[in-house]
Amino acid sequence: MIRHSKTQTCLIYGSALILALLLLLPVLWLFIMSISSTRDLTSLPLAWIPTEASFGNYRDLVSNLDSSAAQSFLYALRNSLIVALCATGLSLLASIPAAYSLSRLPGKRRRGLLFAAIVTFMMPPVAIVLPLYSLMATLGLLNSHFALIAIYCGILVPFTTWLLKSNFDAIPMDLDEAPIIDGANRLQVIWHITLPIAKPAVGAAALMAVLMAWDEFFYALLFTNDIRAKTLPVAIADFAAGRVADYGLISAAGIMATIPPVLLAYFLQKSLVSGLMSGSVKG
Amino acid sequence: MTIGKKFLTTVAGTLLASSSLIGSAAFAEQTQLNALFMAQAAYSEQDIEQMTDAFEKANPGIEVKMEFVPYESLHDKIVLSHSASDGYDVVLFDVIWPAEFARFGLLSDVSDKINSTTKDHILEGAWTTVEYDGKYYGMPWIVDTKYLFYNEKMLNEAGISKAPVTWAELAEQAKIIKDKGIVEYPLVWSWSQSEAVICDYATLLSAMGGEFLDKDKGPAFQKGGGLAALEYMVDSIKLGLTNPNSREYSEEDVRRTFSSGQAAFAVNWTYMYNLANDPKESAVAGHVRISPAPGVANISQASAVNGSMGLGIPSNSKNKDVAWKYIQHLTSQPVQEDFAKLSLPIWKESYDNPAIAQGQEELLKAAKVGLAAMYPRPTKASYQEMSSVLQVAIQKALLEDQSPSEALDAAAATISDLE
Amino acid sequence: MIRFSRTATAWLLLTPMMTIIIGVVGYPLIKTVYYSFTAAHLAAPGTTDSWIGLKNYIKALGNSQFLDSISNTSYFVCVSVSAEIILGVLVALLLNQKFHGRTLLRALLILPLALPTVVNAMMWRLIYAPDFGALNALLTQIGLIESYRSWLGDPDLALSMVAIADVWKNFPLVALITLAALQSISKDLIEAATLDGASAWQRFWNVVFPAILAPVSVALVLRTIEAFKVFDIVYVMTRGGPADSTKTVSFHVYQEAFAYMRIGSGASYALIVVLISSFLIATYMWLLKKQGNTA
Repeated sequence: MIRHSKTQTCLIYGSALILALLLLLPVLWLFIMSISSTRDLTSLPLAWIPTEASFGNYRDLVSNLDSSAAQSFLYALRNSLIVALCATGLSLLASIPAAYSLSRLPGKRRRGLLFAAIVTFMMPPVAIVLPLYSLMATLGLLNSHFALIAIYCGILVPFTTWLLKSNFDAIPMDLDEAPIIDGANRLQVIWHITLPIAKPAVGAAALMAVLMAWDEFFYALLFTNDIRAKTLPVAIADFAAGRVADYGLISAAGIMATIPPVLLAYFLQKSLVSGLMSGSVKG
Repeated sequence: MTIGKKFLTTVAGTLLASSSLIGSAAFAEQTQLNALFMAQAAYSEQDIEQMTDAFEKANPGIEVKMEFVPYESLHDKIVLSHSASDGYDVVLFDVIWPAEFARFGLLSDVSDKINSTTKDHILEGAWTTVEYDGKYYGMPWIVDTKYLFYNEKMLNEAGISKAPVTWAELAEQAKIIKDKGIVEYPLVWSWSQSEAVICDYATLLSAMGGEFLDKDKGPAFQKGGGLAALEYMVDSIKLGLTNPNSREYSEEDVRRTFSSGQAAFAVNWTYMYNLANDPKESAVAGHVRISPAPGVANISQASAVNGSMGLGIPSNSKNKDVAWKYIQHLTSQPVQEDFAKLSLPIWKESYDNPAIAQGQEELLKAAKVGLAAMYPRPTKASYQEMSSVLQVAIQKALLEDQSPSEALDAAAATISDLE
Repeated sequence: MIRFSRTATAWLLLTPMMTIIIGVVGYPLIKTVYYSFTAAHLAAPGTTDSWIGLKNYIKALGNSQFLDSISNTSYFVCVSVSAEIILGVLVALLLNQKFHGRTLLRALLILPLALPTVVNAMMWRLIYAPDFGALNALLTQIGLIESYRSWLGDPDLALSMVAIADVWKNFPLVALITLAALQSISKDLIEAATLDGASAWQRFWNVVFPAILAPVSVALVLRTIEAFKVFDIVYVMTRGGPADSTKTVSFHVYQEAFAYMRIGSGASYALIVVLISSFLIATYMWLLKKQGNTA
């Protein structure tokens, strides 16, 4: 094993410390703002440590149901959960058989189809947003969960298919053949053979999908207009623009919107990294 | 369950609309109104919530869902919700939008709902907010203009005994305050790239006798008073009188800067008066005075921009009658008088009501002058675009990328090409 | 029970995916092309049929605001993506060393990635605030700048400051991808190189660099494609100001179509953006194919 010299060791620990600060400080400051009083946040020189810490902003956001801030926050939380989970579930339902088909079954245009899926995933949203808007308007679906779920499926399905396909490729084909000869159909094979083996990959795909749907802003901004369907990113953007004087409250809203995806990502850290890898490295 | 509720709401709405002739309110049960407001300046969210609570108590069966968005999103939300089957029933709209909204049929014409007695009792300036081409598209609600706020303590320290009545005097006084080291940047404005900078510019433009458009609707702001207004703004930055951060400030930033004692003068809306004098919100409470925005010798006594806003009913609302009832409640004299701290009533008589004046005599005095002098921004269906072209031009001059005349000439050329 | 042929089964299993992609992406894309030749208006029904030929495109290519927004976007993409790659690779090299706290540090990398983009934008906006922002306070207190300055209000600086916020959020992605590639390099190879007397730089150039080149170039193109779409961070931080210096193409299309309600001309702008993106996507596909062939 290569041993580090003293200077090297210092250098490594020094850079590690800088990196840790770089990653932590902005978020830590966001948290400090959320528990500081407006007085502290508008004093000069700036008070880094709040004279009195208070979780009042968080209380205002979750408990005071009569206030419009709490209402819009809680409804947005609900909408984000519904939209992200439904879109992820539906996307997996569509992409698992598709990925299986692309990985296992013959077909001349297989690779072309996969590439087409990747291209649609990378397409800038402005390319399709105008007709989608008119379409949803005609169908009476603007400002509904359904509109966002449908659109997010369009984004997520190509992505999850692509991710899963490269994982299914790694599973030996022979495993499928025996049950097929015994008379099982492909869906049964997927359910009983492929999925149990590919569980971690499916988990990674689901996780990435939830994170992506949770983060989406552009479509949510355009396709929702009030608490019935508005998701967290839009609610936060509205908070941030309207209440510029209330740093504490908007910071608290930001922290709360961050907790679910960060927890999810940490618990599933391994799948996240493997998801990132297979998604971005393999075709 | 939601579908059932939606269905009932729809049925109730339809029945209500068809039975409005009989005037029965019994069907109003289970009606849900969706209302869109803005989340800064004028009435606070708490004020609007309280007004709405009272309305809901008086009208059991009507539930109002309120939505607060930043001013910058308000226009786009109204436009975008137009195509939604479940849009808003009541929207707050700005004085500059009726031309566009009328042209594209976004708001209901409510002319026949407004009778002549109502007309007579409301300020004329307020009516211009909701009127376009002889038709009314809602009720005025927030009658507002930009005022000059000053920190009396700082003026006294500088040995200034009288607030400025002309813009030139304002610059002189600011210079004295800066030279005495009382505050680094005596003036603060909302000059970020947004409608706010146009409002400040319009105030100055009107003071200096300028015009946005000439008789043929062609651009006229690039000469005379319009040019002088921008030159004044640019000079105040060059001389270090205006806080250079003004170029990225919106109204709330102005309030925060002024309230924390970092400016002697500020130009802002009505709502800042009581907030800047509230010890909980402000470090300079008790020292804040208000006067109409200054004028220019031989041209104007005072200046003001019409920054009023109205409440309208989107043309696709399914609950138009209930929506109108709600609007009538919000704009009624008693409600407006109860909440006359952050926004002043539209009703003429309120201004003679001693209960309203109590504790804010100075605000009312300034309002009498200011509201009478309100200068309109152009009514044009393409106003949004014209405004954003002008915003960029003004910012280019403020950032000293271009001279004021270069910037305004370029904007005028672009604007004359708009429909 | 009916048994389908293998080809039929293949297509049947693909049906749900294809339905969704055609419905949500394919059909709207064709419709966008159609709109771009019309004077379609958001609030005026019937205008979707008003064919006006190439007028929208001619206007778009002569619109200086649009061209400025393309150059703003290009600047944003260059600055943010190159910084993300450099920082990401350096961090990966660091995390590939053995030291105490390495696992914790790697876990910390997830924080920016999982933080919602909108929250990230809002957080940096508060940090950059000219009067009470943390950045001014920090830099003056440690003596790097003498007095408070404006970050997002200065047109020469604003876009770079927005890019920094984007770099903070996205460099961990590059770091994690690179790190995984680094860890797949066999230890023996490095040790052998060391025993042969190769310097640290030679080791990097001859052993490490070839191993991470492919994944890093994929990450580069991926980030470029993503950065080119940038909208949310600009919407929350600056809304295009000051003096349009941070207005990106996506923001321009949004404004044209939804603030000025000109769907037709908005569609033509959108398709020009698609054209540029297609070029980037084609590069990406080419890279993938090349890698697919070597792997």
